Formats: sequence, structure tokens, C-alpha cells
Amino acid sequence: MTNSKALAPAEGLQGFVADWSSDQRAFKKVPWGKAMMWIFLLSDTFVFASFLISYMTVRMSTTVPWPNVSEIFSLTIAGQQVPMLLIAIMTFILISSSGTMAMAVKFGYEKNKKMCAILLAVTALCGVIFVGLQAFEWTKLIMEGVRPWGNPMGAAQFGSNFFMITGFHGFHVSVGVIFLIITAVKVWRGDLDHERPGFLTGRKGNYEMVEIMGLYWHFVDLVWVFIFAFFYLW
Amino acid sequence: MEHAQGQSSAGGSMVKAEGQQHPISVYLWIWGLLFVLSAFSYMVDYFHLQGYLRWSLIIVFMLLKAGLIIAMFMHMAWERLALVLAILVPTGALLILIALMSLEGDYTFLTRGTYFSPSPAVVKHP
Repeated sequence: MTNSKALAPAEGLQGFVADWSSDQRAFKKVPWGKAMMWIFLLSDTFVFASFLISYMTVRMSTTVPWPNVSEIFSLTIAGQQVPMLLIAIMTFILISSSGTMAMAVKFGYEKNKKMCAILLAVTALCGVIFVGLQAFEWTKLIMEGVRPWGNPMGAAQFGSNFFMITGFHGFHVSVGVIFLIITAVKVWRGDLDHERPGFLTGRKGNYEMVEIMGLYWHFVDLVWVFIFAFFYLW
Repeated sequence: MEHAQGQSSAGGSMVKAEGQQHPISVYLWIWGLLFVLSAFSYMVDYFHLQGYLRWSLIIVFMLLKAGLIIAMFMHMAWERLALVLAILVPTGALLILIALMSLEGDYTFLTRGTYFSPSPAVVKHP
């Protein structure tokens, strides 16, 4: 930390080459936890991409027409069928939770404990509502006879794709909610101000944790953007 | 300071200098934009657009949303190129997988059309 002058790195492509060919640290000015989270997210990207690409493959290769997704996910409100309403609500909730998360990171770095904890709690609440709506959606589809091996509406592969993709995403949201609650409690108690060690790793608390938590949460939102586009709208 | 060389020990001053700090208006703007873009992509379905218009609009709105989330919410726009490239370039490999699997999907579809299409005799059979 003393030689921050020497670390002051070149910018642009030259900086990229210098960073990668330097010793000790390739990702300068990035806390290691954040770099590791990014690398985890990269690997998670490949997992979700594999799901979505296999969905593309089976949908392209099936000779039976694909179910009409817009109708399946419609809600009947006041006797009128509104297409895709549930998914639209879920999308807006998840985007809102991303917004509150981004602001929680900002207030965290400003050492505004109260706002940071409140925004983290709101983010977790949005996540819970999202998972709840997803459970409702699953129940509705299962009642209508959608199974991983077939369904009454069309191509048999619809069910397995639906349950795998949304299930894996919902699992990510659920894990995120748990860690959001843990982070919110840490912030509220002031653990991050006092560098109190965590219960699992013994890492000293600091507000970079909130940003790393944020990276994960935004990633969950990001994956939903792709699921929304390819699975629900296509 | 008791932990002079610890990770977090560089303390408040370093976190202040290096942590990602941006005005709150940035986040509110992006939030609003994401809402508008999501509404647009919902409209694509609501107005029953079909064919290439539908698909291209879905992709455009999707990429814009993804870009905003990565660049602003995940602070990628402010990270050093070394990290940006380490994350974004490997993702590009997926394009090859998409190309390969769409070829495969097409091939399977054609093969099924040739070998599995029910002939009239089979259909009549109970």
C-alpha cells in the first residue's frame, strides 16, 4: 500500500497488457473478493448459457409445435385474459430489487449504515416476493398438467426446459435472499465498521462485501433478462 | 493501526479512494431506463408482433438491458480493462457453442422430418 505511486497503472490497452504481465496482481485496484466473485459469475454464466442453449436446441429440433407461452403465462383479471402479466410483474420486481441493491452499495461506501441496511432488506423482500410468485407460477402450471416429460399444450420438451431454467434461477434468487439477510444484519449491527470477523470464514468485515453481494444480485437480475427474452417472449 | 498490512487495513481512506462511488442519480436513471426497456419488451408480446421484427426487438431490448446492468449496476464501466476483458472475452466463446448447437438442432429437425414423420399407414394403425 505504500507504493501506490508505483502501482498507479497505465490506462487502456497498454494498461491491460501491463496488468496481465505484472507479478503478484493482475487485477489491480480490485479487492480479491470482488475478482473472485466476478470469476464465479463467469462460471455461472456458462451454466445458465448451457441451459438456454440446450433449450434453443430442443426447441429448434422438435417437430411438435411449441406451446403458446404468451397464453400459458397469462392471468385472468376481471374476466379478461392479460397475456404474460405474471412474468411482467416478476420482471419489474426483480429490476426494482437491483435498483435498491445498487443504492445499498453506494450508501455502504458512504458508511450510512441505516440506509444501507434498509435498502438491503428491501432488496431481500423483493427477492422473497419474486420467489413467491415463481412458486405460484409453478403450482399453476403443474395443476394444468405440465410435467418435465410432457404437457397438454404442445412439445413435450417445454416442461423440462421450464422447470430446469426457472428452477435454477429461482434457486439462485433464494440463495441470494439468504445472503442479503446475512449482509443486512452485518451492516445493521455495525460489523463492517468494526471489521468484525465473519462466522464462516473469519474474514474481517468491510463494505466491499456489500458491493460483492451486489454483484451476485445484479447477476441474478441479468440472467432473468435473458430468460425473459428467450424463454417467455420468443 | 494494528494490522498495518491487512487487506482492509488500508482503512477508510483507501476504501474511499478505491471503492465504487457514484452519485445516486446514476442509479435512479438506470433503474428508470430498465423499467422503460422492460415495458417495451413486454409491449412486443402485448401487441403480438411476429417474425423478424419480434425477434430483433426482443434481442435489442435484451442487450440494452444487459448492457446497462453490467456497465452501471455492476460498475463494469469503471473497472480496469484487465478485469473487463477477463470476464467479457471468455463469454464470447458462447457464440461458438450457439452456432454449433443451432446447426445440430437444424440437423436433428431435418432428420426427424425424414425418419419419424408418421406415414399414413402408421397413423391409421390403432
